[in-house]
Amino acid sequence: MGEWSIAAAGTAGQGVQTIGEVITVAARKQGYAVFSWKEYESRIRGGQNSYRIRVSEDPKNAPVERMDIVLALNMEAAEKYGFLVKRDGLLLAPESSNKNALAMDFQALANESAGKKIFANAAAAGALAAAMGMNPQGVKSELAARFTEKGAESVAGNESAFQAGYDHAMALCKERRTPSIPDRDQRPEALTNVHEAIAIGAAYAGCRAIFAYPMTPSTNIIGQMAARWEDLGVFWEQVEDEIAAINMAIGASYAGARAMTATSGGGFSLMAEGISLAGMTETPLVIVLAQRPGPATGLPTRTAQGDLQFALNAGHGEFPKIVLAPSDPKEAFHLTVKAFNMADKYQAPVIILTDQHLSDAHFTQDIHPEESEPEYHLARDCENPPYRRYAITREGISPRMYPGQSEHLVCADSDEHDESGHITEDLFNTAPAMAEKRLRKIKAMEREIPEAFTHVPSKSEIILMGWGSSGNALFEAAEQLTQEGRRTGVIHFTHLWPFPELPPLQGEKLFSVENCAFPQLARLVRQETGLSFTGSVLRYDGLPLTGTYIRDLILESL
Amino acid sequence: MSDNSNLFDIDVPSQWCPGCPNFTILETLKKSFTALGLKPQDICLVSGIGQAAKLPHYIKCNFFNGLHGRALPVATGVAAANPMLKTVVTTGDGDCYGEGGNHFLHAMRRNPDITLIVHNNEIYALTKGQASPTTRSGEVRALNPQGTTAPPFNPLAAAIISGCTFVARGFTGDSAQLAELFQAALTHEGLSLVDVVQPCITWKPHPLQWYKDRAKRLPDDHDPQDRASALAMAMEMEETFYTGLYYRADPSPAFAGSCHEQRAYLPMAEQQGLSLEKTRALLQ
Repeated sequence: MGEWSIAAAGTAGQGVQTIGEVITVAARKQGYAVFSWKEYESRIRGGQNSYRIRVSEDPKNAPVERMDIVLALNMEAAEKYGFLVKRDGLLLAPESSNKNALAMDFQALANESAGKKIFANAAAAGALAAAMGMNPQGVKSELAARFTEKGAESVAGNESAFQAGYDHAMALCKERRTPSIPDRDQRPEALTNVHEAIAIGAAYAGCRAIFAYPMTPSTNIIGQMAARWEDLGVFWEQVEDEIAAINMAIGASYAGARAMTATSGGGFSLMAEGISLAGMTETPLVIVLAQRPGPATGLPTRTAQGDLQFALNAGHGEFPKIVLAPSDPKEAFHLTVKAFNMADKYQAPVIILTDQHLSDAHFTQDIHPEESEPEYHLARDCENPPYRRYAITREGISPRMYPGQSEHLVCADSDEHDESGHITEDLFNTAPAMAEKRLRKIKAMEREIPEAFTHVPSKSEIILMGWGSSGNALFEAAEQLTQEGRRTGVIHFTHLWPFPELPPLQGEKLFSVENCAFPQLARLVRQETGLSFTGSVLRYDGLPLTGTYIRDLILESL
Repeated sequence: MSDNSNLFDIDVPSQWCPGCPNFTILETLKKSFTALGLKPQDICLVSGIGQAAKLPHYIKCNFFNGLHGRALPVATGVAAANPMLKTVVTTGDGDCYGEGGNHFLHAMRRNPDITLIVHNNEIYALTKGQASPTTRSGEVRALNPQGTTAPPFNPLAAAIISGCTFVARGFTGDSAQLAELFQAALTHEGLSLVDVVQPCITWKPHPLQWYKDRAKRLPDDHDPQDRASALAMAMEMEETFYTGLYYRADPSPAFAGSCHEQRAYLPMAEQQGLSLEKTRALLQ
């Protein structure tokens, strides 16, 4: 077996999610790695959405363009997603529309076998399991597990419909080349998600509180904290707006708690003032910015990397900040721990950039928490009384205590202030000294920023440069191009600010690859290094970058 | 009393206009802290921007002087993180009812254990005399030479209907009552609002006598547990500033109360994160 890509598509509420999840879990139990992702409209019922699954022996944690099988639960879905089917692929739909399509009336199958049309999605799951060549028992038992709560009648109905769909599809598929996913004696790595890894990573890193306002695609971070309160132990509060969210997090952090917030572009705009406040008051703060396409409300449930320059420049005035961008759950976990450690150490805001794709995708990937360790930097006592919250030091980092910790008073101010935290108008000495003290922290921060991840084989013709969520797509594109005789390397950024060092380049054709309409990464790299680019691969249709998409555009532009 | 007040004295030059009633609020607050046996390290003052928001600089205690309008959310974060602190917000009518209006409404509902003291002078003083949310309609202000047209915001009525469990008004001309109100507010274990009528002596929206004519203590038979009559008194702000405790109710449950109880009131700064073993298990 190589790998198989499947899309289940239908209208919201039709069971697409259930089918996707059941197939995912069953394939994993059969011993396979699964990567899944979703694309959907901004509505609760109706519309047409799809759940994509990539099944392979070894983990292939990136989205793909074309599908071996598309399961369409209705004809609108068949029309919208039919083009995704590979030339030798298969479309399973209620009616036949082309040579690749197998007509299966899921509702009729459900009605005949289980007496109710409502079991149509179980019939569809059965058809899909057959077309995928999966072990039907595994899928059936996952389906049963999901409906146990609804009672024996529901379980029995689902099982009958599933079997009917499975048998029907087996008969129809006999003549075709279809996938085969036999049981294998392997235990795949864990099924993980970036925002889940951020939530668990935050709890491990000592985060004690999250304050947030619901905004897709960031909501599942505070959602994890709320749903898993007993496990994670992180206090959470849904607040009235993003301004309150960031200010509450700053208040909690000033009071000594590791605190965070999470939002998307519009909410992040409201937070810009607060980011500046954290910079001025030197209050540690972790902010997750889960991107979606803008401007304004944009495409609320879609993906993008369009807020890179905004994140780098958010907040008025000049102050140090750190910007990190994981591409998968493992990086998300470790970068989250690093974000809390660095925020604490440098007393500065840290922004973690993710996006809708990462928010909804599930990866097959183990995370080893012991590879990161929470480090705490609160001063346990005042070494040189009287305590001065903003004492000027060589590296610019002042000992930070928390209010109520001892008789030492902790005074923080958003006005320019003196070492004790009181307002100053001393333009001659204090104000410039304080500005310099804050900016000196950048030097120390830079030492903790590793060189950008670089995999450029010698004699490469092309280098693809990207950041954050597109990581695995970049590597797949480079692999495809290399196999086609265009040797290609990759430079991928997970640390964006302070800007990391780059290895010396050998005159390769340099392309930035970005999930947005304007080459923002290229601008950043040019600004920091003077490097010039041959071109950029830009995707701004709200869907994630894939290896094929990148490869096609690179070949077009060569 | 003056000896004890020294505990909170600090040698920071004031940026307030000489003779400003802000000084009365400041001294009364210091005396109230002393009367309650509090020490500087027990207190965390949080403020935004404006003349009232400078108050924390003039008291010896912990403070966070943040952004315009944002004192309440910062204080809410402080109160969540360390329930052992006496968290107090000092703010003005523009800071709290204007820029921070949404936070004000939701703080009332959320009910963090915070004492909220609003210096209400019906004017933007630091930006030189513009109308504030509590300016009465028809009054002339810097940007309303023909007089304001919007009716004033009624903070006490808004607080009562939004769920605040301690609603009071003080007057800088009655510092004895103000001290009583501050002390009662500071011991209330939920959000307590003390709106303080404070004449501005520099921009003079009204002469001092105007305030003296209008400020009256609430009638002796006012029952602060009667929400409907508290609301009725709060609505009567046209010609009279009734001062005193309008409304008081059981503050429980306070914001984050069950979390604090579960953690034995340990500040979040002293709490442990998720253990490595548990983290590993959750990542499986």
